[in-house]
Amino acid sequence: MSKFIGTTVIMFIPWVMLTGFDPAELVLGAVVAMVIAGIILKSLDYSFGPGSIIGALRFLLVYVPVFLWELIKANIDVAFRVLSPRLPINPGFVRIPTGIKGDYGRLALANSITLTPGTLSVDGDEDHLYIHWIDVKGETEEERGEQISGPFEGILGGIFK
Amino acid sequence: MMDALVFILIGLGLLFGLIRLLRGPSDFDRVLSLDTMNIIISGSIVVFALVFDNELYLDIAIVYAILAFLETIVFARYLEGRS
Amino acid sequence: MMIISYGLMLVGAFFYAIGGLGILRMPDLFNRAQAGTKATTLGTLSLLLGVGVQHPDWMPKLLLIAVFIAVTNPVGSSTLARAGYHSGVEVYQGTSVDDLKGFYEKEAGTDE
Repeated sequence: MSKFIGTTVIMFIPWVMLTGFDPAELVLGAVVAMVIAGIILKSLDYSFGPGSIIGALRFLLVYVPVFLWELIKANIDVAFRVLSPRLPINPGFVRIPTGIKGDYGRLALANSITLTPGTLSVDGDEDHLYIHWIDVKGETEEERGEQISGPFEGILGGIFK
Repeated sequence: MMDALVFILIGLGLLFGLIRLLRGPSDFDRVLSLDTMNIIISGSIVVFALVFDNELYLDIAIVYAILAFLETIVFARYLEGRS
Repeated sequence: MMIISYGLMLVGAFFYAIGGLGILRMPDLFNRAQAGTKATTLGTLSLLLGVGVQHPDWMPKLLLIAVFIAVTNPVGSSTLARAGYHSGVEVYQGTSVDDLKGFYEKEAGTDE
């Protein structure tokens, strides 16, 4: 039941953002959100409880600022590389370990890695991610993992168990 | 005046993407430049909303972004399966 | 207010141009994906924020577009890079390490 309510709310919020607070639109949106939530409920594999709200708040207040800061750093880095005449790159595909399980946590981690300086996640298996790194540093997997996913691993690990 | 400067920079991005689209050695490079150009275009549609002062353009930008994402995924899957 | 707004929009458009240039100059698919994805994502966020400063009533829709692009753009590039590597796209000669090579050979070995 809490999963149904959570799914409905998650779908209702974008609707409100799109249409504003017209009463007719609110009612229509709520009905459609409930119908769709009822249909797709079986194919979703997440649980929803009081913990999820704390998780969402932590996601917004802790993860998003770190993410935006890393994104800005990444872009200054890219701008320097692209604009410098010599193209200073030393690319490679590296494998890094990750402790995060679950699809949603993996998605967030892979996206964060793609948008942080010089890295692009390509693939993953059970407990590794494969990263294209534009300027390879470090020797061992752990050392590289610390440099690539260091800022995010802890934060996301706390949110998506 | 400022609008023109913004559009010049957006146009430069699109031009570079277009050159890569025409040259791109492999099909993947072409799809990648198409993906980048799609994001740039959906951004420029938002600037159009500001220039023409019409909120409808934002809805167009949302739909365009959704279609651009689907297009990239479908092309990537298709090209992966073809080889 | 106008100055802040146009400043943000110019930064966004500048990163669009950088993204295009990166797509053009980088030597192989993966480096191009890196430059293109990062630059256009921040470019879009900055451009949308610039528009939102002038039209605060549009903020919810702009936020929705921004979140959507920030989530889907990296997914698209990752999928494309993975598909490209799978299909044997040419990798830049200067690529120093390739941990991925063993991964697919191992995977192909278990299939047989």
